[in-house]
Amino acid sequence: MAETLNTMPNDSTTPKRPAVGPAEIWHNVGFRNLVYQVAVVGSILGLAVFMISNAQDAMQKRGIATGFGFLFQEAGFDIGEGLIAFKSTDSFLHAYGTAVLNTLKVSVFSIVFATVLGIVLGIARLSPNILISKLSATYVEVFRNTPQLVQIIFWYTIIAQLPPPKQALSVLDMAFLTNRGFIVPWPADNPAYLWMLLAFLTACAAAVLLSRWADARRRATGRRVRVFWLNIVLVVTAPLSAWTAFGAPVDVSIPALKGFNFIGGVTMSPEFLALLLGLSLYIAAFIAEIVRSGIQSVGKGQIEAARVLNLTPGDTYRKIILPQALRVMVPPAGSQYISLVKNSSLGVVIGYPELFNVNNTIITLSGHTVEAIGIMMAIYLSIALAIAAIINLYNRAIQIKER
Amino acid sequence: MDTAISFATPKSTPRRVPPTLESGVLLWLRENLFSSIYNTVLTGLAMWALFLTIPDFIAWAFVDAVWRTDDPQTCRDAAGACWAVIGEKHRVMLFGTFPYDEHWRGVLAIVLIVGMAILSAFRRFWSYLLFVVWLGVTAAVLVLLLGGVFGLTPTGTHKWGGLPLTLLMFVGTVVGGMPLAVFLALGRRSRLPAIKAICVGFIEIVRGVPLITVLFMASLMFPLFMPEGVTIDKFLRAQIGMILFFAAYAAEIVRGGLQAIPRGQYEAADTIGFSYWQKTNRIILPQALRIVLPALMNDIIRAFKNTTFVSIIGLFDVLGATATALEDPLWVLFALEAYTFIFVFYFVFCFSMSKYSEHIERDLKKGRNL
Repeated sequence: MAETLNTMPNDSTTPKRPAVGPAEIWHNVGFRNLVYQVAVVGSILGLAVFMISNAQDAMQKRGIATGFGFLFQEAGFDIGEGLIAFKSTDSFLHAYGTAVLNTLKVSVFSIVFATVLGIVLGIARLSPNILISKLSATYVEVFRNTPQLVQIIFWYTIIAQLPPPKQALSVLDMAFLTNRGFIVPWPADNPAYLWMLLAFLTACAAAVLLSRWADARRRATGRRVRVFWLNIVLVVTAPLSAWTAFGAPVDVSIPALKGFNFIGGVTMSPEFLALLLGLSLYIAAFIAEIVRSGIQSVGKGQIEAARVLNLTPGDTYRKIILPQALRVMVPPAGSQYISLVKNSSLGVVIGYPELFNVNNTIITLSGHTVEAIGIMMAIYLSIALAIAAIINLYNRAIQIKER
Repeated sequence: MDTAISFATPKSTPRRVPPTLESGVLLWLRENLFSSIYNTVLTGLAMWALFLTIPDFIAWAFVDAVWRTDDPQTCRDAAGACWAVIGEKHRVMLFGTFPYDEHWRGVLAIVLIVGMAILSAFRRFWSYLLFVVWLGVTAAVLVLLLGGVFGLTPTGTHKWGGLPLTLLMFVGTVVGGMPLAVFLALGRRSRLPAIKAICVGFIEIVRGVPLITVLFMASLMFPLFMPEGVTIDKFLRAQIGMILFFAAYAAEIVRGGLQAIPRGQYEAADTIGFSYWQKTNRIILPQALRIVLPALMNDIIRAFKNTTFVSIIGLFDVLGATATALEDPLWVLFALEAYTFIFVFYFVFCFSMSKYSEHIERDLKKGRNL
C-alpha cells in the first residue's frame, strides 16, 4: 500500500496513461515488484538446485543409497530405557517410536512439574511475606540467568555423586535416592487400581458438571448453591469406595536392596532425573515470571470492585483475578512449553535416549544422514505445532466473549 | 463530643507514651514477616528450610573447602569443596586448546569484546556508527585469534577455545543476526507475496525445531551440500547455525515493533516522498527498535546462554573446555566444583545483562526518549 502512493499506479481515478515503452516499464511498480520477486525466488531455487546436485554427486561417489527403505531394516543397537520394549533386532522405525516416546515422557513430566512449581513461585513472589517473596525472586534470577545445558550437566554431576545403592539416601524406607537413580514404590498390577483411576476421573467429571449446574442456577435464580465441599467429598470418596469395593488391596511393589542393586518399585534413571530437573527447574523460573506479570496485570480497581460487591477472597481470586490473568498468561506459557520440548534434545549430552540422541545413533549406523535429519525435524515440528494448536484452542476458550 | 473539641485547650490532653511497636525493626518484622497467622507459619517454614540447608552449604563451600593445592589427594581428604580444581584448570577452562604461550591474545580479545559491550551500554554512543565500530572490533578480534599477520603465530579456528570462543560466537551471532532479523521482519510484512512466503516459512520452520538440530544440520549436512573440495570451517558452520536461529527469533520481536508503529508514521513518510528504504531507515526502524529493545535484550541474553550448545557439536567453548579439563583422571572427581564455578560464571554475565535490560525497560515505561 505504502509504495504505491509515490508512483500512482493504474488507479481508476487517474486518466489512462499512454502505453509504456520498454524504457518506462521499469517505472511501473507492478512490474518492478514482479522482477524483485522473480530475482529472489530464482536465486533461492538456484542455490537449492546447486546444493542438492552437489549432495547427490557426493552421495553417488560414496555409494550412499537414498530413500526411506532403511526404516524397516534391523536397527542393531540397544536403547537404555523406554516405555515400549525395544531390542536390537527391531527396525529403525521401532527405534524412532521408542525415542519419541522417551522425549514425550520426559517432556510431559517436566511440563507438569514446571507448571506447578512456576505457579507456586509466581504467587510466592507476590506474597506480602518478604522472606518468601525474596526467596522466590532469588530462585527466578538464578535459574533464568544460567544456560539450561549447564544446569542439566550440573544436576547430572550431583546425581553421579550420590551414594551407591548400599548407602542409599532413603525416604521413609520406601523411596531411595542413589547414584543409579531414584527408586520409588509403584502400585503392582491389580485391577482395583484401574477402577480407582476410573472412579476418580468420573468423579472429576461429575464435579465439573455440578459446579456448572450451580453456576447456571445462580445466574437464573440469583441464589447461590454451595457445591465446593460436596465436590471435594465426591472426588475423595469415589476412588476410596472403589478401593474398598475391591477389598482394599495393598499390592505395592516397594523397592528393596538385593545384592548391589534395588529390586521392585520403579526406577527413574539418573539421565531421566537430571533431564527432568534441568528442563523443569529452568522453565519454572520463566513460568513464575509469567504468573507474576499475569496476576499483576489485573487492575487494582477490579479487586476493589470485587470487595465492594462483597465477594469472598476465594471468589475474588476464582472469578475476577484468575480469568483475566489467564488471558495474559496462556500465550507466553505455551511458547515456554514448546521451548521445553525442544530443549529435551539436550538429553543427548547426558545420554538420555531421546529423539535427537537416538537419531544420531541411527545416522551413524544407517548412513542415511539427510533422511534421518528430515524425519527428526519433521517430528519436532509436528510436536511444536501440536502444542501450539492445543494452546490456541485453550486460549480461544478463555478469551473475552464479546457479542 | 467533648473530647473532639478539646484541641482548643491543649493542656487538658494527657501526655501519651510514644508508640513502641509503630516504627523501627519490630514494625518492619510484623508487617513483612508476621502479619497474619498464615504468614507466620510461612516464615517459620522458610526459616526452617534455610536453617537445614545454609549452614551445611557454608561448611561445604567455605569452611571445609580447599582453596589452593596442586595435589588432588589433599582435596580427597578434605570434607568440603575442592576449589583448587579451578586454580589448577583455569587456563584450560578459559582458553581451551589455544597454545599456552599465546594466551595473552585471548586475554586481549576478551578485554576488547567486554570493553566494547560496556561502552555500548552507554546511550550517548548509540548510533549506526556503533554498529560499524562493532564490526571493526570483531575484525580485530578475528585477527588476534587467527594470527598469521603482524608476526602473530597462525592459530586456526580448530585451536580456539574457552572464553574467547564463547564471546566471539556470541558477538558474531548478534552482529550477524540482527541485520538478518530486520530483513526477515520487513520481508514478513512485505506486500510481495513470494518474499513474504519465504520469510514466513523460514521463521516458522527455524522456530519450530530445537537449536541443536539447526547446529547439527549446519555441521553435518552443510559439507554435503558444498561442491567437492570446498570445505567450510567448523567454527564458521556453527556460527552460521547460531545466526540463523537467533535471526528467526529476533525477527518476530522486530515485527512486533514494526506493527506497533502507528499507520500515520508510514503515511507521513510517504507524503513527503520518501522511498521505501528512506522511510524504513529514517522513520520506522529507529522507533520500532526502541520499542522492542527490552524484548530484544532478552533474546540477546538467550543467545549468550545458547552459545553453550556449540559444545555438543565439538567446539570448545567455556562449557566444552571445562568438560575437556575434567577428563584429567586426577581431577575428575571434582566435576561438581568446576561446574558450580561455570554456573556462577554464566550467571554473572547473564544477570548483569538482564539488570541492564530492566533498567532500559524502566526508562521506556517512564516515557523517556532513549
